[in-house]
Amino acid sequence: MPGVATVYRWELFKLRHQKRTYLGFGASIIVPILFVIAIHLRRHHERGGGFAFSDYLDRSGLAVPLVILLFGSIWLFPLITALVAGDIFASEDHNGTLKTILTRSLERWQLFAGKALAAASYAVAAILLCGTVGVLAGSLQSGFHPLQSLSGTVVSAPKATELVYVSLLIYLIPIATVVCIGLLLSAVTHNSAAAVVGTLMISLLFQLIGILPGLSGLQPYLLSTQFNAWQGLLRTPIDWTPIVRAAWVCAIYGGLAIGTSFLVFVRRDVAGG
Amino acid sequence: MSAGVATEGTDPPPLEVRGLIKRYGELTAVAGVDVTVNRGDVYGYLGPNGAGKTTSLRMMLGLIRPTAGSVRLFGRDPMATVQALRGVAGFVEAPTFYPYLSGRRNLELLAAFDGGEARERIAAALDTVELASRAQDRVGGYSHGMRQRLGIAAALLRDPRLLLLDEPATGLDPAGMRDMRRLIRRLADGGMTVLLSSHLLAEVEELCNRVAIVRTGRIVYEGEIAELKRGAGTVYRLQTTDDERGLAVARAQPGIRDVRGEREAILFTADPEAVAALSQALVEAGALIRAMAPQNVTLEDLFFSLTEDDPAAPRGVAPVPEPEPTA
Repeated sequence: MPGVATVYRWELFKLRHQKRTYLGFGASIIVPILFVIAIHLRRHHERGGGFAFSDYLDRSGLAVPLVILLFGSIWLFPLITALVAGDIFASEDHNGTLKTILTRSLERWQLFAGKALAAASYAVAAILLCGTVGVLAGSLQSGFHPLQSLSGTVVSAPKATELVYVSLLIYLIPIATVVCIGLLLSAVTHNSAAAVVGTLMISLLFQLIGILPGLSGLQPYLLSTQFNAWQGLLRTPIDWTPIVRAAWVCAIYGGLAIGTSFLVFVRRDVAGG
Repeated sequence: MSAGVATEGTDPPPLEVRGLIKRYGELTAVAGVDVTVNRGDVYGYLGPNGAGKTTSLRMMLGLIRPTAGSVRLFGRDPMATVQALRGVAGFVEAPTFYPYLSGRRNLELLAAFDGGEARERIAAALDTVELASRAQDRVGGYSHGMRQRLGIAAALLRDPRLLLLDEPATGLDPAGMRDMRRLIRRLADGGMTVLLSSHLLAEVEELCNRVAIVRTGRIVYEGEIAELKRGAGTVYRLQTTDDERGLAVARAQPGIRDVRGEREAILFTADPEAVAALSQALVEAGALIRAMAPQNVTLEDLFFSLTEDDPAAPRGVAPVPEPEPTA
């Protein structure tokens, strides 16, 4: 019997045949490479920068993926994520294929679940790809050397690699929320461009709220703040507070978004696509 | 018993629609439709653009939730579960596919979504609609006619007992329309029940045994085409020396119905006794008869008499709204 797994498999197949997938993966590959080239070309007096791991970019390539995570949260990763999440329902409206798949033998919830999983899988793949390219390109540029943690302790290269990948996994918590927001806008707007741009705008709005004077009390609960939760891992001992907070804050944002998008998708009248 | 499943032991018709209503705010797209399609029927669902045909079909396929009324497919409610569509296939408006995938891949995807033996029917379905040679090409490069045929192929994967087709010949060239008619005829001859929504009246008259005629969201006739023709009486074509006066006399004459002027002639419907009385009245009024002959009444004549301005017809129903915004 067909089920969620069937939808998931075919959604991945469809993603493999769409340009936007490769646009996102392309950005995940090119950005770390460009970043490393920029490190290589910068002059001595330009070194440093005052942000986490900025002083270590020349000492260990393992700092590269972490710095990319830091800057990628502003718009790069939300955009890459939204490219697919914002399109996955809207493209069915655009192609008029929603009515085609809704009149087969699958319930709407199964279609929703398969599509949501596919969008999430793409986001996971994009983040891991970006991180891996960052590790490889960074190691080529600055070597595969031990990394100094945010607490000042030196972490061996293999252990630092492990921490980089665990950081990437923690980074996926707010990314999953961005996926949920993309799914919501995709289901509500029926318009791919509006959903992709809208997701990015919401992400940027959180950043804006975070820098507004007088709203600093909100800072710990903003989605944008949760993109820095992984830094708790790079402290000795590990600071779990931001990680645990990211988990529940993102669960609230993401749960609201995906719950609403589910209801919209399951209950909607398919009068167009 | 689960919701939407018919009681065991009954033999429900393929399609039974009762009191179907769909409103969008102030607009009423479908205003109380009752339709029964029996096994073996090739059923025409007729109406002018905006009459509510497509909205009705969407409700029949469970794509739109009715405001009121019910749809039963072999006794099952398509809004309760998609399993109600078991044995049912078709398309609403133009059939649609993923343009970046080949025709075959599209069918494979749909077969996977159907499960069972659908995948094994792909080759046969492509052969039936004569698309086997283009199956590897991307659907984005298909002509409108090829997409229509691929739509039929996609429907056949489900091995349907009821086929719901919305304007299947629209946009096809004459040869494509002929091929589509032949294909539907072949499927119907094979025992498939077909509901065909169309405004191509010749096509419906050729293919269908029963029709429902919809006007502004309401059924104005439902039954056999032959019965509709019998009930309509004989249409006569009259030419007189003074057609203006002849038209006035005909309209005033008891027993003369559906009087209208058309290409230097007067058309009307009447029984033979009323025709004799009309002849006398025309002579007395000075509009001498040049020619008067019974016509073969077509479905088109009946369609227009039922769907064009008619004081007796239902009023006050708003046109079908635009569909939801799409990208």
